Amino acid sequence: MPVKLPIYMDNNATTPIDPRILEAMMPYLTGEFGNAASKHHVFGWRAEEAVENARQQVAELIHASPKEIVFTSGATESDNLAIKGVAEAYRERGNHIITCLTEHKAVLDTCKYLEKNGCEVAYLTPDSTGQVGPQQIEQAITDKTILITLMAANNETGTLHQIAEIGRLAKQRDIIFHSDATQAVGKIPIDVEAMGLDLMSLSAHKLYGPKGVGALYVRGRGPRVRIAIQMHGGGHERGMRSGTLNVPGIVGLGEACRLAQQEMDHESPRLSAMRDALQSAIMSRLDHVQINGHPIQRLPNTLNVSFEYVEGEALMMKIKDVAVSSGSACTSASLTPSHVLHAMGVPDELAHGSIRFSLGRFNTPQEADYAAEHIVQAVGELRELSPLYEMAKEGVDMKSIKWRGPVH
Amino acid sequence: MKYGDKVIDHFANPRNVGALDKSASDVGTGIVGAPECGDVLKLQIQVDTEGRIVDAKFKTFGCGSAIAASSLATEWVKGRTVDQAGEIKNTAIAQELSLPPIKVHCSVLAEDAIKAAIADWKSKNGKE
Ligand SMILES: Cc1ncc(COP(=O)(O)O)c(C=O)c1O
Repeated sequence: MPVKLPIYMDNNATTPIDPRILEAMMPYLTGEFGNAASKHHVFGWRAEEAVENARQQVAELIHASPKEIVFTSGATESDNLAIKGVAEAYRERGNHIITCLTEHKAVLDTCKYLEKNGCEVAYLTPDSTGQVGPQQIEQAITDKTILITLMAANNETGTLHQIAEIGRLAKQRDIIFHSDATQAVGKIPIDVEAMGLDLMSLSAHKLYGPKGVGALYVRGRGPRVRIAIQMHGGGHERGMRSGTLNVPGIVGLGEACRLAQQEMDHESPRLSAMRDALQSAIMSRLDHVQINGHPIQRLPNTLNVSFEYVEGEALMMKIKDVAVSSGSACTSASLTPSHVLHAMGVPDELAHGSIRFSLGRFNTPQEADYAAEHIVQAVGELRELSPLYEMAKEGVDMKSIKWRGPVH
Repeated sequence: MKYGDKVIDHFANPRNVGALDKSASDVGTGIVGAPECGDVLKLQIQVDTEGRIVDAKFKTFGCGSAIAASSLATEWVKGRTVDQAGEIKNTAIAQELSLPPIKVHCSVLAEDAIKAAIADWKSKNGKE
């Protein structure tokens, strides 16, 4: 069967909507338009019932109680609410936050903002696989530490953190533990109890649901976690997040969680088989290639590869029928490539040559074969064009050259 | 990032890819950029006894716009005298390729590469 072009392999950026999810949402985009806060008529009741059903579906996927789910506009908002919310609510207890350099900007920039407002933040450097270990965190803890925020899975490399171990540590030391699990939810099993999480962010559009809706898990007991309100108003979501609920979006998120739970057991091995096939096709046919991320503790769908001597944006242009991402940053505004790869110690020239393939529910093994075929060919062509490849073949030591960079 | 038609054309069919003998006295080689910045342009010119550029070759590590700018630069220098080639401005390259502002540095590198190649040829031939 010929593959249909273009092929979408950028599922960590966003996922297509699953038709079943759209179908579940449709009534709430049409006839069932009620406001879930309208307590005195059937339109409101039906909307509320749909929202509570979705809350149950989200809670089940992550082993939480429905009362612990706060609907938001997405993971960025959830991260902001969790981190600012804790920093403000626990100010009397301390002002120190521990995080990691490979976090998403939604976490990093929130932390930077808090630094301007009296917080101190430890940005831990991961090892070369992208992991920060429990010991490293333990060493960073001070008597003022109120929050550890560490992503469950990295969006660029797929590297997983040892969340359960870090959760135990946080609990022992009586520190609140937040995880941005945007990339992990739906791809790997999540259990907020077993992982010792107090707060956790997730987003529907990484789960084949709609954009602009997500949730924050907020631990309700053992112990109850307090967060300071960031969005004031009508007191929706138990006062934690005001604003008329996005009923169709929330229904979509709920259905997305239900489907993820139902399908994860066979979908994860399917994804990792395709990913592994793509990886070995590339590795067996090209030299000077490096995998970025943890070789094993990694999301099943993600493959981040650096191709030496070629630049990522040019590669993406060559394989234009396969939509992927790159850690390169060939713009005047920023010549620094991916902050994630940089933190892992990947040299900048290799970060410039990195490509992230992120597979999803709608990819097929034939598409993975097509992608492998084309990336191998594109790398070959661009290497023929590359002065660095020429020098490498001539045995020139690239480190010995005094490069004449552009004048900035 | 959307690319202009001319960038796409030069990227798909780069002109004058290759290498000239960098030890030859009539060849000037310019290498600009740095791997850690994501662009390295190598541009070479071959100059006849009248000071006219008779051949040019390039190899580029960089994005599509950097490759296109190098390719265009080799086309433009061929047939010109070294003095004329030295007057090629990055703005003309950027305009010809309709480079967006974030890609203008690619044209700057192309201009630098031409200048570096000329300087190398001059220093080899005692014309400094
Ligand atoms: C790890 C991580 N956190 C946060 C976000 C932001 O999510 P949203 O688009 O729902 O705000 C993303 C997606 O880009 C992500 O990958």
